[in-house]
Amino acid sequence: MLQALGHLPVGWLLIAPLAAAGFFAFTIGRTEVAALPTGSTISARLNSQPNYHGYFLAFCTTLPAACIFLLYLMFAEGFARGALQSELPAFLIERGSDQVNLFIERVANHAQSRGRDITGIEIFDASVSRYAELKGQARILAVFIAVLASLGGFFWGRRQLGRSFPARGYVERIITGLLFVCAGIAVLTTVGIVLSLVFETVRFFSLPDGPGVFEFLFGTNWNAQTGQNFGAIPLFFGTLMIAALAMCVAVPIGLFSAIYLSEYASARFRGWAKPVLELLAGIPTVVYGFFAATLIAPMVRGFAQWVNALPFTPEDFLAAQPTNALAAGLIMGVMIIPFVSSLSDDVINAVPQPLRDGALAMGATRSETIKQVVLPAALPGIIAAVLLGVSRAIGETMIVVMAAGGRALITLDPTSDLTTVTYQIVSLLTGDTSFDSAKTVSAFALGFVLFGVTLVFNIIALRVVERYREAYD
Amino acid sequence: MTEPLITPPSPRIQRLRQRHNAERRFQFYGQFAIACAISFLAVLLLSIGWKAISAFAHFELTLEIDRPDFAERTDLAVTDLNLAVRDELLDLFPELSAGRMQRADLFGLAPRLSILPLTRSLQQDPSQALEPLTARLVVSDDLDLYLKNDFKTHWTYEVGAAGRLARTSSGAYRLSDAGPDGFVAFQDEVSRLGETTGDTLISFSDVWFELSRISGATLILNHLAGPIPDLGEQSASPITATFLGTESTNRQVSNRQIALVTMLKEQGRIEKRFNSNLFLNADSTYPELAGAAAAVAGSIFTMLVTALFSIPIGILAAVYLEEFAQKSRLTRIIEININNLAAVPSIIFGLLGAAVFLNAFGMPRSVPLVGGLVLGLLVLPTIIIASRAALRSVPPSMRDAALGLGASRTQAVFHHVLPLAAPGILTGAIIAMARALGETAPLLLIGMVAFVSEVPTSPTDVASALPVIIYKWFSGAERAWEPMTAAVIIILLVILIAMNLTAALLRRRFERRW
Repeated sequence: MLQALGHLPVGWLLIAPLAAAGFFAFTIGRTEVAALPTGSTISARLNSQPNYHGYFLAFCTTLPAACIFLLYLMFAEGFARGALQSELPAFLIERGSDQVNLFIERVANHAQSRGRDITGIEIFDASVSRYAELKGQARILAVFIAVLASLGGFFWGRRQLGRSFPARGYVERIITGLLFVCAGIAVLTTVGIVLSLVFETVRFFSLPDGPGVFEFLFGTNWNAQTGQNFGAIPLFFGTLMIAALAMCVAVPIGLFSAIYLSEYASARFRGWAKPVLELLAGIPTVVYGFFAATLIAPMVRGFAQWVNALPFTPEDFLAAQPTNALAAGLIMGVMIIPFVSSLSDDVINAVPQPLRDGALAMGATRSETIKQVVLPAALPGIIAAVLLGVSRAIGETMIVVMAAGGRALITLDPTSDLTTVTYQIVSLLTGDTSFDSAKTVSAFALGFVLFGVTLVFNIIALRVVERYREAYD
Repeated sequence: MTEPLITPPSPRIQRLRQRHNAERRFQFYGQFAIACAISFLAVLLLSIGWKAISAFAHFELTLEIDRPDFAERTDLAVTDLNLAVRDELLDLFPELSAGRMQRADLFGLAPRLSILPLTRSLQQDPSQALEPLTARLVVSDDLDLYLKNDFKTHWTYEVGAAGRLARTSSGAYRLSDAGPDGFVAFQDEVSRLGETTGDTLISFSDVWFELSRISGATLILNHLAGPIPDLGEQSASPITATFLGTESTNRQVSNRQIALVTMLKEQGRIEKRFNSNLFLNADSTYPELAGAAAAVAGSIFTMLVTALFSIPIGILAAVYLEEFAQKSRLTRIIEININNLAAVPSIIFGLLGAAVFLNAFGMPRSVPLVGGLVLGLLVLPTIIIASRAALRSVPPSMRDAALGLGASRTQAVFHHVLPLAAPGILTGAIIAMARALGETAPLLLIGMVAFVSEVPTSPTDVASALPVIIYKWFSGAERAWEPMTAAVIIILLVILIAMNLTAALLRRRFERRW
């Protein structure tokens, strides 16, 4: 029985009784208060509408149980795994902690899979059923405490209800509190990102087979999959190289489109060209990756081979790899065009019209006005747009995973298959991973660097945009 | 002495002309940039659409299986039906039963698992087997590609009437001409084509040979398929030579298989049909059997979790920041934080999911529940920003009127402001969901690349998602994965376009200028 309970996705079924209990409490609270005799004097009137008493009672009933379920979601798994680990036979424990963790991971996955069949390995099957049992126990415990808490909440809340009870004030305070918690989730996400990245990065540098900070940041030899070389300079180089290639495409095209759309185009042309440009931003990056890898990369390769065959170039002038940095960079640039163009469009539009009128009245042509008056005035905003574009390019994953390569090289040849930080994170973390090997944890150190760099770019860009808006408003 | 007819323009005019040229050039740069961007989009969509077209149809081999004994069997498995299929194929081509190579070519026409749908339906209702069964088998991926593309590089040549067929000591056949000219015209044709062509197939009266060489006035042939006519008789039926564009060593399908599919196609047993596998099947290791159904279901569950998590929380957070929060340091920090979070690379959210949800909370890998939560955190800032903009667009007079009539702040917001802002919020939410649907990298990091052979039925089943399956199929080794990947991309893009159009329509329908 316990085993069956440990396997069922009970968590989903619990939402319904909770909602039912809330509805029940609401009805009770409302009808009880509505039945109270009321008079016309202030003291004989209800302080709050009956509905608010109902809401108050519903909150009293559901909130404690919901909190307990949340705690269960966060800690039950850890409890079950910890208990299972303490019961494992000694010969398994002796194999070292990452083997044990991997084993428990497999047991947990197996217990949660649908067709939970017997594998025939005795210790494994026993662990699976014990794990399911432990989860079942945790579940029963959680449900029991939740029922107690919501009953307690219900009866306590019911005693409070009365003619003079300020239910509305309490309900509104609870609602404001809930709203604040919702707003706080965004902050919690950032805290979670920073904490998990910092925690894993510190662990990476303290692992016995991990590198030192200096070796990681300035080493030139990266071979995390097989060897233990964690010098990340080739990754940083590849990332910056591909981002630079992307910006070579995105900045001129994005900027000139923005200038044309905001300064020259008729309202009708603008009306359909702008949404079409924005379509480019709506295409998933995995589609760009497919396009880059199947159409652009072979074209780049063909071009490189043609260059190699020219009489005045040496045989191996260009690397001409089937996956190459140039294809990834070009397509990434196309992806970033709409970011640069729509942000630049905004800042160009924000330049006050009198500045333009003044220049035109002095006899400047439109292009001279743009080049000498509008663009200098919009420059900080445009720089911010480019910075945001660079931050996009650095963090972009799928295009480089599909169209750029996995070799950690430092070369200026854009037709070689440079690798990037994001490519390495994906290749290190896909597959059956245990969180104890230096290989896996190194992905978090890379992620930390990526997060830090993009954060700096974003903060600068957002500040500039904000300042700029204030200046012209 | 003659005066020049046209006086050179004064420097001032020249300068003006230069300036006007610069103006025109500048305008041209702008037009060129927009043309570039739009043509990129067009090339991208067209090239993917072009690749995808072939995957929406595929070739199926239809066989009649007459096995009444299956009606009594309760333990029918794929193997039993597969043996029946093989018997049926050998009945069609009895001459191929002798050699191992020949049988391998014949049985390789369709993958073993392509009988699975029929097996499943028989397992449910064995009495169907009393009637002859119609098995529709998917032709194996390489042959399918061959039938779709490479037949374009074939060309045929009428050789003339066949003469006597004789057998040589080495097991090959020797075909002489009916007339006295000894295949002169044909030999000329062969030498004209020279090295440019691949293998040559010879067929007459329903039998197919491959041309080994031309020896004098006779053709030395190797038998491929079809009943061998009587040796030594004058047959006089017309010979057709088929020049293939490639040699058999350079392609995945053998000459015999080409002969077999050509014969089966002429018999009407191999036909092009709509590829329903693509929409009904789960993932498979065979591209010809793989489908996106599991990925679509996985994406739906993931989006469900994302929507349930991020839309309510996003709206409530926006309500707090826009309507309740005092201008304090804390509010300022939350605002800056949300703006920054919107620009954090998506892969960082994948790392967060791996470290917190999988490692710390011990949630299962590869399930839509975790994927949905990670994507929910990813789009939360977008939803908050869109909802705040929608709330801000409701004029303050609405709030003032409600407050003036004695409503509390909560009542004013929830009864009046929020319903008025709802269309704008909904538009933002749909666009955010569209973004989440196309997101791949975070899902890779929480293990949603697992092989999923069953359609998931709940958010806690192991599942894949549409963008992830694009990545996975793209990495597949077989050539047939490429059109399949393009087809899934088209499915994904159609869904995304539908979502964005809905958002645009909503905006147009309910947009309100105050």
